[in-house]
Amino acid sequence: MSGDSVVAPKLAAPIVQLIDVRKTFGAVPVLNGISFDVAKGEVVCIIGPSGSGKSTLIRCINALLPVTSGTIRVADIEVGDPRLDKLALRRKVGMVFQQYNLFPHRTALQNVMMAPLHVLKQDRIEVEARARALLAKVQLAGKEDTYPGELSGGQQQRVAIARSLAMRPEVMLFDEVTAALDPETVKEVLVTIHELADEGMTCLLVTHEMGFAREVADHIYFTDKGVIVEHGPPQEFFTAARDERTRRFLSQVL
Amino acid sequence: MNAVADWFRTLYETTGINLTIFYDAYDFQRYAAGIGMTLFLSVASIVASVVIGAAGAAAQGSGSALVRQSVQAFVVVFRNTPPLVQIFFFYFGVGAVIPGIETSYGTREPLLGNVAWAVISLSLFAGAFNVEIFRSGIEAVPRTTLEAAEALGYTRLGAYRHIVLPLAVRVCLPALNNNLINLLKTTTLAYAIAVPETLYAAKQIWSESQNVLEMMLLLLATYMVLVGVFAGLMHQWERQMRIPGYHR
Repeated sequence: MSGDSVVAPKLAAPIVQLIDVRKTFGAVPVLNGISFDVAKGEVVCIIGPSGSGKSTLIRCINALLPVTSGTIRVADIEVGDPRLDKLALRRKVGMVFQQYNLFPHRTALQNVMMAPLHVLKQDRIEVEARARALLAKVQLAGKEDTYPGELSGGQQQRVAIARSLAMRPEVMLFDEVTAALDPETVKEVLVTIHELADEGMTCLLVTHEMGFAREVADHIYFTDKGVIVEHGPPQEFFTAARDERTRRFLSQVL
Repeated sequence: MNAVADWFRTLYETTGINLTIFYDAYDFQRYAAGIGMTLFLSVASIVASVVIGAAGAAAQGSGSALVRQSVQAFVVVFRNTPPLVQIFFFYFGVGAVIPGIETSYGTREPLLGNVAWAVISLSLFAGAFNVEIFRSGIEAVPRTTLEAAEALGYTRLGAYRHIVLPLAVRVCLPALNNNLINLLKTTTLAYAIAVPETLYAAKQIWSESQNVLEMMLLLLATYMVLVGVFAGLMHQWERQMRIPGYHR
Protein backbone atom coordinates (compact mmCIF):
# COMPACT_ATOMS: atom_id res chain seq x y z
CA MET A 1 0.00 0.00 0.00
CA SER A 2 2.92 2.38 -0.40
CA GLY A 3 4.91 3.77 -3.28
CA ASP A 4 4.78 6.50 -5.86
CA SER A 5 1.81 5.29 -7.83
CA VAL A 6 -0.68 4.27 -5.22
CA VAL A 7 -4.21 4.09 -6.58
CA ALA A 8 -7.11 4.00 -4.19
CA PRO A 9 -9.61 1.17 -4.59
CA LYS A 10 -12.24 2.16 -7.13
CA LEU A 11 -15.41 3.30 -5.47
CA ALA A 12 -18.74 3.59 -7.18
CA ALA A 13 -19.14 6.84 -9.18
CA PRO A 14 -16.26 8.99 -7.95
CA ILE A 15 -17.18 12.66 -7.79
CA VAL A 16 -13.53 13.73 -7.66
CA GLN A 17 -10.94 11.76 -9.59
CA LEU A 18 -7.19 12.43 -9.74
CA ILE A 19 -4.97 10.46 -12.11
CA ASP A 20 -1.20 10.87 -11.90
CA VAL A 21 -1.39 14.59 -11.07
CA ARG A 22 1.97 16.38 -11.28
CA LYS A 23 2.76 20.00 -10.55
CA THR A 24 6.04 21.89 -10.68
CA PHE A 25 6.72 25.50 -9.73
CA GLY A 26 9.50 26.45 -12.14
CA ALA A 27 12.01 23.64 -11.69
CA VAL A 28 10.69 22.65 -8.25
CA PRO A 29 8.45 19.57 -8.30
CA VAL A 30 5.66 19.83 -5.74
CA LEU A 31 3.27 17.08 -6.77
CA ASN A 32 4.89 13.94 -8.18
CA GLY A 33 2.04 11.80 -9.42
CA ILE A 34 -0.96 11.84 -7.13
CA SER A 35 -3.90 9.56 -7.87
CA PHE A 36 -7.06 8.96 -5.87
CA ASP A 37 -10.83 8.95 -6.08
CA VAL A 38 -13.38 10.51 -3.78
CA ALA A 39 -16.88 9.03 -3.84
CA LYS A 40 -20.00 11.11 -3.39
CA GLY A 41 -20.65 11.73 0.31
CA GLU A 42 -17.19 10.58 1.30
CA VAL A 43 -15.02 12.52 3.76
CA VAL A 44 -11.35 12.42 2.87
CA CYS A 45 -8.53 13.85 4.95
CA ILE A 46 -5.11 14.67 3.53
CA ILE A 47 -2.37 14.85 6.13
CA GLY A 48 1.37 15.21 5.96
CA PRO A 49 4.30 17.38 6.92
CA SER A 50 4.51 21.05 5.91
CA GLY A 51 5.66 21.52 2.34
CA SER A 52 4.40 18.14 1.22
CA GLY A 53 2.14 19.75 -1.40
CA LYS A 54 -1.21 19.39 0.37
CA SER A 55 -2.41 22.94 -0.21
CA THR A 56 -1.14 22.90 -3.80
CA LEU A 57 -3.10 19.70 -4.42
CA ILE A 58 -6.35 21.14 -3.08
CA ARG A 59 -5.88 24.34 -5.15
CA CYS A 60 -5.44 22.29 -8.32
CA ILE A 61 -8.81 20.60 -7.76
CA ASN A 62 -10.77 23.85 -8.26
CA ALA A 63 -8.36 25.23 -10.86
CA LEU A 64 -6.91 28.00 -8.71
CA LEU A 65 -3.62 26.47 -9.88
CA PRO A 66 -3.09 24.71 -13.21
CA VAL A 67 -1.58 21.21 -13.08
CA THR A 68 1.59 20.45 -15.02
CA SER A 69 0.35 17.04 -16.13
CA GLY A 70 -2.20 14.42 -15.20
CA THR A 71 -5.96 14.47 -15.05
CA ILE A 72 -8.42 15.89 -12.53
CA ARG A 73 -12.14 15.32 -12.95
CA VAL A 74 -14.80 16.83 -10.76
CA ALA A 75 -18.36 15.63 -11.42
CA ASP A 76 -17.51 14.91 -15.07
CA ILE A 77 -15.78 18.27 -15.58
CA GLU A 78 -12.26 17.94 -16.95
CA VAL A 79 -10.39 20.49 -14.82
CA GLY A 80 -7.29 20.55 -17.08
CA ASP A 81 -9.32 21.32 -20.22
CA PRO A 82 -8.04 24.58 -21.75
CA ARG A 83 -11.66 25.52 -22.54
CA LEU A 84 -12.72 24.77 -18.96
CA ASP A 85 -15.87 26.57 -17.87
CA LYS A 86 -14.47 27.84 -14.57
CA LEU A 87 -17.82 29.04 -13.30
CA ALA A 88 -19.39 25.60 -13.84
CA LEU A 89 -16.52 24.03 -11.89
CA ARG A 90 -16.67 26.53 -9.05
CA ARG A 91 -20.42 26.12 -8.66
CA LYS A 92 -19.74 22.48 -7.86
CA VAL A 93 -16.68 23.00 -5.66
CA GLY A 94 -16.74 25.17 -2.54
CA MET A 95 -13.51 26.16 -0.85
CA VAL A 96 -12.64 27.36 2.64
CA PHE A 97 -9.23 28.89 3.33
CA GLN A 98 -6.85 28.93 6.28
CA GLN A 99 -7.09 32.74 6.59
CA TYR A 100 -10.92 32.83 6.04
CA ASN A 101 -10.47 35.48 3.30
CA LEU A 102 -13.84 37.10 3.96
CA PHE A 103 -14.59 40.35 2.15
CA PRO A 104 -13.88 42.85 4.97
CA HIS A 105 -16.02 45.69 3.59
CA ARG A 106 -19.22 43.65 3.72
CA THR A 107 -21.23 42.33 6.69
CA ALA A 108 -21.46 38.61 7.50
CA LEU A 109 -24.84 38.43 5.75
CA GLN A 110 -23.59 40.32 2.67
CA ASN A 111 -20.53 38.05 2.47
CA VAL A 112 -22.85 35.03 2.20
CA MET A 113 -25.15 36.78 -0.30
CA MET A 114 -22.55 38.29 -2.65
CA ALA A 115 -21.62 35.36 -4.89
CA PRO A 116 -25.20 34.09 -5.46
CA LEU A 117 -26.22 37.66 -6.35
CA HIS A 118 -23.21 38.72 -8.44
CA VAL A 119 -22.15 35.41 -9.97
CA LEU A 120 -25.37 33.39 -10.20
CA LYS A 121 -27.67 36.46 -10.57
CA GLN A 122 -30.23 34.86 -8.28
CA ASP A 123 -33.25 36.62 -6.82
CA ARG A 124 -32.27 38.88 -3.90
CA ILE A 125 -35.14 37.91 -1.61
CA GLU A 126 -34.47 34.19 -1.98
CA VAL A 127 -30.71 34.70 -1.62
CA GLU A 128 -31.17 36.68 1.59
CA ALA A 129 -33.54 34.12 3.12
CA ARG A 130 -31.10 31.35 2.33
CA ALA A 131 -28.11 33.35 3.62
CA ARG A 132 -29.90 33.92 6.94
CA ALA A 133 -30.69 30.22 7.17
CA LEU A 134 -27.06 29.32 6.46
CA LEU A 135 -25.76 31.71 9.12
CA ALA A 136 -28.20 30.17 11.59
CA LYS A 137 -26.97 26.72 10.56
CA VAL A 138 -23.37 27.67 11.44
CA GLN A 139 -24.61 29.05 14.81
CA LEU A 140 -24.22 32.71 13.83
CA ALA A 141 -27.83 33.91 14.00
CA GLY A 142 -27.71 37.46 15.36
CA LYS A 143 -24.34 38.23 13.73
CA GLU A 144 -25.83 39.02 10.30
CA ASP A 145 -24.97 42.73 10.35
CA THR A 146 -21.55 42.34 11.94
CA TYR A 147 -18.42 43.04 9.90
CA PRO A 148 -15.72 40.33 9.62
CA GLY A 149 -13.23 42.49 11.55
CA GLU A 150 -15.56 42.44 14.54
CA LEU A 151 -15.86 38.63 14.62
CA SER A 152 -13.54 36.10 16.24
CA GLY A 153 -11.45 33.83 14.02
CA GLY A 154 -13.79 30.90 14.60
CA GLN A 155 -16.83 33.02 13.76
CA GLN A 156 -15.17 34.35 10.60
CA GLN A 157 -14.33 30.84 9.51
CA ARG A 158 -17.94 29.77 9.99
CA VAL A 159 -19.11 32.73 7.90
CA ALA A 160 -16.63 31.55 5.24
CA ILE A 161 -18.18 28.07 5.34
CA ALA A 162 -21.69 29.55 5.01
CA ARG A 163 -20.47 31.75 2.13
CA SER A 164 -19.20 28.69 0.32
CA LEU A 165 -22.39 26.68 0.98
CA ALA A 166 -24.49 29.51 -0.48
CA MET A 167 -23.29 28.43 -3.93
CA ARG A 168 -24.78 24.94 -3.26
CA PRO A 169 -21.55 23.06 -4.00
CA GLU A 170 -21.37 19.28 -4.40
CA VAL A 171 -17.85 19.07 -2.99
CA MET A 172 -16.25 21.14 -0.23
CA LEU A 173 -12.51 21.73 0.00
CA PHE A 174 -11.06 22.75 3.36
CA ASP A 175 -7.47 24.01 3.37
CA GLU A 176 -6.14 23.84 6.95
CA VAL A 177 -9.18 25.78 8.08
CA THR A 178 -8.37 25.59 11.79
CA ALA A 179 -4.62 26.25 11.53
CA ALA A 180 -4.96 30.02 12.11
CA LEU A 181 -7.50 29.73 14.94
CA ASP A 182 -7.20 30.06 18.69
CA PRO A 183 -7.48 26.65 20.34
CA GLU A 184 -10.80 27.49 21.97
CA THR A 185 -12.47 28.35 18.66
CA VAL A 186 -11.15 25.35 16.74
CA LYS A 187 -13.86 23.13 18.14
CA GLU A 188 -16.79 25.28 16.95
CA VAL A 189 -15.46 25.14 13.39
CA LEU A 190 -14.86 21.40 13.56
CA VAL A 191 -18.41 20.88 14.83
CA THR A 192 -19.73 22.75 11.80
CA ILE A 193 -17.67 20.62 9.41
CA HIS A 194 -18.74 17.46 11.25
CA GLU A 195 -22.40 18.38 10.77
CA LEU A 196 -21.80 18.97 7.07
CA ALA A 197 -20.13 15.58 6.76
CA ASP A 198 -23.02 13.92 8.60
CA GLU A 199 -25.45 15.50 6.14
CA GLY A 200 -23.65 13.71 3.32
CA MET A 201 -21.57 16.56 1.90
CA THR A 202 -18.49 15.33 0.07
CA CYS A 203 -15.54 16.86 1.93
CA LEU A 204 -11.84 17.01 1.16
CA LEU A 205 -9.84 18.32 4.10
CA VAL A 206 -6.21 19.22 4.45
CA THR A 207 -5.77 19.17 8.19
CA HIS A 208 -3.42 18.86 11.13
CA GLU A 209 -6.25 17.93 13.48
CA MET A 210 -5.49 14.21 13.86
CA GLY A 211 -8.24 13.58 16.39
CA PHE A 212 -10.79 15.14 14.08
CA ALA A 213 -9.47 13.26 11.05
CA ARG A 214 -9.78 10.00 12.94
CA GLU A 215 -13.33 10.80 13.99
CA VAL A 216 -14.80 12.18 10.77
CA ALA A 217 -12.79 10.77 7.85
CA ASP A 218 -13.81 7.81 5.76
CA HIS A 219 -10.36 7.68 4.26
CA ILE A 220 -6.99 9.21 5.08
CA TYR A 221 -4.15 9.99 2.69
CA PHE A 222 -0.68 10.68 4.03
CA THR A 223 1.47 12.72 1.62
CA ASP A 224 5.16 13.52 1.76
CA LYS A 225 7.34 15.18 -0.89
CA GLY A 226 4.46 15.28 -3.37
CA VAL A 227 3.49 11.62 -3.30
CA ILE A 228 0.93 9.58 -1.38
CA VAL A 229 3.02 7.52 1.01
CA GLU A 230 0.21 5.61 2.62
CA HIS A 231 -3.56 5.64 2.87
CA GLY A 232 -6.42 3.78 4.44
CA PRO A 233 -9.45 4.04 6.69
CA PRO A 234 -8.62 5.96 9.88
CA GLN A 235 -8.76 2.98 12.24
CA GLU A 236 -6.22 1.09 10.20
CA PHE A 237 -4.13 4.16 9.34
CA PHE A 238 -3.63 5.39 12.88
CA THR A 239 -3.04 2.01 14.48
CA ALA A 240 -1.21 0.00 11.86
CA ALA A 241 0.84 2.40 9.72
CA ARG A 242 3.28 0.43 7.63
CA ASP A 243 5.58 3.05 6.17
CA GLU A 244 8.47 4.36 8.24
CA ARG A 245 7.76 8.02 7.22
CA THR A 246 4.13 7.70 8.29
CA ARG A 247 5.09 6.23 11.64
CA ARG A 248 7.63 8.99 12.25
CA PHE A 249 5.09 11.70 11.34
CA LEU A 250 2.38 10.19 13.54
CA SER A 251 4.76 9.85 16.49
CA GLN A 252 5.46 13.58 16.19
CA VAL A 253 1.86 14.78 15.99
CA LEU A 254 -0.11 12.31 18.13
CA MET B 1 -25.04 95.02 2.37
CA ASN B 2 -24.76 98.79 2.44
CA ALA B 3 -23.91 98.73 6.14
CA VAL B 4 -21.04 96.34 5.41
CA ALA B 5 -19.78 98.56 2.59
CA ASP B 6 -19.99 101.64 4.80
CA TRP B 7 -18.12 99.88 7.60
CA PHE B 8 -15.22 98.88 5.31
CA ARG B 9 -15.12 102.36 3.76
CA THR B 10 -14.89 103.88 7.25
CA LEU B 11 -12.23 101.29 8.15
CA TYR B 12 -10.17 102.47 5.18
CA GLU B 13 -10.63 106.16 5.98
CA THR B 14 -9.76 105.79 9.67
CA THR B 15 -7.03 103.08 9.62
CA GLY B 16 -5.79 102.89 6.03
CA ILE B 17 -6.75 99.18 5.79
CA ASN B 18 -8.16 99.05 2.27
CA LEU B 19 -10.34 96.05 1.48
CA THR B 20 -11.89 97.40 -1.73
CA ILE B 21 -13.77 94.22 -2.58
CA PHE B 22 -16.17 94.84 0.34
CA TYR B 23 -17.24 98.31 -0.72
CA ASP B 24 -16.40 98.49 -4.42
CA ALA B 25 -18.92 96.53 -6.49
CA TYR B 26 -16.54 96.17 -9.44
CA ASP B 27 -13.71 94.75 -7.34
CA PHE B 28 -16.15 92.47 -5.53
CA GLN B 29 -17.43 91.14 -8.84
CA ARG B 30 -13.86 90.58 -10.13
CA TYR B 31 -12.81 88.72 -6.99
CA ALA B 32 -15.99 86.61 -6.92
CA ALA B 33 -15.44 85.71 -10.58
CA GLY B 34 -11.86 84.73 -9.65
CA ILE B 35 -13.11 82.36 -6.97
CA GLY B 36 -15.64 80.96 -9.46
CA MET B 37 -12.82 80.28 -11.93
CA THR B 38 -10.72 78.61 -9.20
CA LEU B 39 -13.68 76.37 -8.35
CA PHE B 40 -14.18 75.52 -12.04
CA LEU B 41 -10.47 74.69 -12.54
CA SER B 42 -10.47 72.61 -9.35
CA VAL B 43 -13.62 70.58 -10.02
CA ALA B 44 -12.77 69.99 -13.69
CA SER B 45 -9.19 68.89 -13.01
CA ILE B 46 -10.11 66.83 -9.91
CA VAL B 47 -12.69 64.85 -11.90
CA ALA B 48 -10.40 64.46 -14.92
CA SER B 49 -7.35 63.52 -12.83
CA VAL B 50 -9.30 60.85 -10.92
CA VAL B 51 -10.50 59.38 -14.23
CA ILE B 52 -6.91 59.45 -15.57
CA GLY B 53 -5.67 57.83 -12.34
CA ALA B 54 -8.25 55.03 -12.42
CA ALA B 55 -7.70 54.34 -16.12
CA GLY B 56 -3.92 54.42 -15.71
CA ALA B 57 -3.96 52.07 -12.71
CA ALA B 58 -6.22 49.65 -14.61
CA ALA B 59 -3.91 49.83 -17.64
CA GLN B 60 -0.94 49.03 -15.42
CA GLY B 61 -2.54 45.66 -14.74
CA SER B 62 -2.73 45.03 -18.50
CA GLY B 63 -1.19 41.96 -20.08
CA SER B 64 0.52 44.07 -22.75
CA ALA B 65 4.01 45.24 -21.82
CA LEU B 66 3.67 48.15 -24.27
CA VAL B 67 0.58 49.46 -22.47
CA ARG B 68 2.23 49.11 -19.04
CA GLN B 69 5.39 50.88 -20.21
CA SER B 70 3.41 53.70 -21.82
CA VAL B 71 1.59 54.32 -18.54
CA GLN B 72 4.90 54.25 -16.67
CA ALA B 73 6.42 56.74 -19.13
CA PHE B 74 3.44 59.05 -18.66
CA VAL B 75 3.80 58.88 -14.87
CA VAL B 76 7.53 59.58 -14.99
CA VAL B 77 7.20 62.54 -17.35
CA PHE B 78 4.44 64.29 -15.43
CA ARG B 79 5.72 63.49 -11.97
CA ASN B 80 9.32 64.48 -12.59
CA THR B 81 8.70 67.88 -14.18
CA PRO B 82 7.44 71.10 -12.55
CA PRO B 83 3.73 71.81 -13.09
CA LEU B 84 4.43 75.41 -14.17
CA VAL B 85 6.74 74.14 -16.91
CA GLN B 86 4.02 71.69 -17.96
CA ILE B 87 1.48 74.51 -18.25
CA PHE B 88 3.90 76.60 -20.35
CA PHE B 89 4.71 73.56 -22.46
CA PHE B 90 1.05 73.01 -23.31
CA TYR B 91 0.02 76.63 -23.71
CA PHE B 92 3.06 78.06 -25.52
CA GLY B 93 4.53 74.85 -26.96
CA VAL B 94 1.72 72.53 -27.98
CA GLY B 95 -0.81 75.37 -28.33
CA ALA B 96 1.36 77.05 -30.96
CA VAL B 97 1.74 73.92 -33.04
CA ILE B 98 -1.82 72.68 -33.30
CA PRO B 99 -3.86 74.38 -36.03
CA GLY B 100 -6.26 77.19 -35.11
CA ILE B 101 -9.77 77.71 -36.39
CA GLU B 102 -11.02 80.35 -38.79
CA THR B 103 -13.54 82.73 -37.22
CA SER B 104 -16.42 84.31 -39.18
CA TYR B 105 -14.39 87.53 -39.34
CA GLY B 106 -11.60 85.74 -41.16
CA THR B 107 -9.13 85.88 -38.27
CA ARG B 108 -7.48 82.77 -36.81
CA GLU B 109 -8.09 81.75 -33.22
CA PRO B 110 -6.43 78.97 -31.26
CA LEU B 111 -8.45 75.77 -30.94
CA LEU B 112 -8.05 75.72 -27.17
CA GLY B 113 -7.91 78.79 -24.93
CA ASN B 114 -5.86 79.31 -21.79
CA VAL B 115 -8.58 77.90 -19.48
CA ALA B 116 -8.78 74.65 -21.46
CA TRP B 117 -4.99 74.29 -21.45
CA ALA B 118 -4.87 74.93 -17.72
CA VAL B 119 -7.45 72.17 -17.07
CA ILE B 120 -5.63 69.75 -19.39
CA SER B 121 -2.18 70.25 -17.91
CA LEU B 122 -3.36 70.31 -14.27
CA SER B 123 -5.36 67.11 -14.88
CA LEU B 124 -2.39 65.31 -16.40
CA PHE B 125 -0.09 66.52 -13.62
CA ALA B 126 -2.37 65.34 -10.78
CA GLY B 127 -3.46 62.29 -12.82
CA ALA B 128 0.11 60.98 -12.90
CA PHE B 129 0.17 60.97 -9.10
CA ASN B 130 -3.31 59.43 -8.96
CA VAL B 131 -2.14 56.51 -11.13
CA GLU B 132 0.46 55.64 -8.50
CA ILE B 133 -1.97 56.21 -5.62
CA PHE B 134 -4.64 53.95 -7.13
CA ARG B 135 -2.07 51.32 -7.99
CA SER B 136 -0.83 51.19 -4.40
CA GLY B 137 -4.44 50.77 -3.27
CA ILE B 138 -5.05 47.87 -5.67
CA GLU B 139 -1.78 46.23 -4.64
CA ALA B 140 -2.75 46.50 -0.96
CA VAL B 141 -5.70 44.12 -1.50
CA PRO B 142 -4.37 40.71 -0.43
CA ARG B 143 -3.88 38.16 -3.18
CA THR B 144 -5.77 35.66 -1.01
CA THR B 145 -8.90 37.84 -0.96
CA LEU B 146 -8.88 37.75 -4.74
CA GLU B 147 -8.36 33.99 -4.63
CA ALA B 148 -11.46 33.63 -2.44
CA ALA B 149 -13.48 35.63 -4.98
CA GLU B 150 -12.13 33.44 -7.77
CA ALA B 151 -13.08 30.28 -5.86
CA LEU B 152 -16.64 31.64 -5.58
CA GLY B 153 -16.87 31.90 -9.37
CA TYR B 154 -16.21 35.62 -9.79
CA THR B 155 -14.65 36.64 -13.09
CA ARG B 156 -11.63 38.92 -12.94
CA LEU B 157 -13.77 41.94 -13.82
CA GLY B 158 -16.48 40.99 -11.32
CA ALA B 159 -13.93 40.57 -8.54
CA TYR B 160 -12.41 43.97 -9.38
CA ARG B 161 -15.78 45.66 -9.32
CA HIS B 162 -17.22 44.12 -6.18
CA ILE B 163 -14.16 43.38 -4.06
CA VAL B 164 -10.85 44.90 -5.21
CA LEU B 165 -12.00 48.43 -6.06
CA PRO B 166 -14.14 49.01 -2.94
CA LEU B 167 -11.17 47.92 -0.79
CA ALA B 168 -8.55 49.77 -2.86
CA VAL B 169 -10.49 53.05 -2.68
CA ARG B 170 -10.57 52.84 1.11
CA VAL B 171 -6.86 52.16 1.30
CA CYS B 172 -5.86 55.04 -0.96
CA LEU B 173 -8.34 57.70 0.21
CA PRO B 174 -5.90 59.52 2.56
CA ALA B 175 -3.22 59.77 -0.13
CA LEU B 176 -5.81 60.74 -2.74
CA ASN B 177 -7.14 63.49 -0.47
CA ASN B 178 -3.66 64.95 -0.07
CA ASN B 179 -3.05 64.96 -3.79
CA LEU B 180 -6.41 66.56 -4.58
CA ILE B 181 -5.88 69.26 -1.92
CA ASN B 182 -2.51 69.99 -3.54
CA LEU B 183 -4.22 70.13 -6.92
CA LEU B 184 -6.71 72.71 -5.66
CA LYS B 185 -3.82 74.91 -4.54
CA THR B 186 -1.83 74.27 -7.74
CA THR B 187 -4.66 75.87 -9.79
CA THR B 188 -3.03 79.23 -8.90
CA LEU B 189 -0.33 78.39 -11.48
CA ALA B 190 -2.93 79.06 -14.19
CA TYR B 191 -2.23 82.72 -13.31
CA ALA B 192 0.91 82.40 -15.43
CA ILE B 193 -1.13 81.99 -18.62
CA ALA B 194 -3.59 84.75 -17.61
CA VAL B 195 -6.47 82.54 -16.52
CA PRO B 196 -8.60 84.93 -14.40
CA GLU B 197 -8.62 82.81 -11.25
CA THR B 198 -8.46 84.08 -7.66
CA LEU B 199 -4.76 85.02 -7.58
CA TYR B 200 -5.06 86.77 -10.95
CA ALA B 201 -8.08 88.78 -9.75
CA ALA B 202 -6.31 89.71 -6.53
CA LYS B 203 -3.24 90.87 -8.48
CA GLN B 204 -5.43 93.07 -10.68
CA ILE B 205 -7.13 94.59 -7.67
CA TRP B 206 -3.95 95.35 -5.73
CA SER B 207 -2.17 96.91 -8.67
CA GLU B 208 -5.05 99.38 -9.06
CA SER B 209 -5.73 100.08 -5.37
CA GLN B 210 -2.22 99.71 -3.94
CA ASN B 211 -3.53 97.37 -1.21
CA VAL B 212 -1.07 94.49 -1.65
CA LEU B 213 -0.91 93.36 1.99
CA GLU B 214 -4.68 93.41 2.46
CA MET B 215 -5.28 91.43 -0.75
CA MET B 216 -2.51 88.98 0.18
CA LEU B 217 -4.14 88.29 3.55
CA LEU B 218 -7.53 87.98 1.91
CA LEU B 219 -6.05 85.58 -0.63
CA LEU B 220 -4.58 83.38 2.11
CA ALA B 221 -7.89 83.41 3.99
CA THR B 222 -9.77 82.52 0.81
CA TYR B 223 -7.60 79.45 0.18
CA MET B 224 -7.75 78.41 3.84
CA VAL B 225 -11.55 78.35 3.58
CA LEU B 226 -11.63 76.65 0.15
CA VAL B 227 -9.20 73.91 1.17
CA GLY B 228 -10.80 73.64 4.61
CA VAL B 229 -14.25 72.99 3.15
CA PHE B 230 -12.88 70.54 0.58
CA ALA B 231 -10.76 68.66 3.16
CA GLY B 232 -13.76 68.55 5.51
CA LEU B 233 -15.93 66.96 2.80
CA MET B 234 -13.24 64.41 1.94
CA HIS B 235 -12.71 63.47 5.58
CA GLN B 236 -16.43 63.01 6.04
CA TRP B 237 -16.40 60.68 3.04
CA GLU B 238 -13.41 58.83 4.51
CA ARG B 239 -15.31 58.36 7.77
CA GLN B 240 -18.38 57.06 5.98
CA MET B 241 -16.26 54.53 4.11
CA ARG B 242 -14.58 53.26 7.27
CA ILE B 243 -15.21 49.56 7.89
CA PRO B 244 -15.98 48.54 11.47
CA GLY B 245 -13.23 46.33 12.87
CA TYR B 246 -11.02 46.73 9.80
CA HIS B 247 -7.73 48.40 10.56
CA ARG B 248 -4.88 49.11 8.27
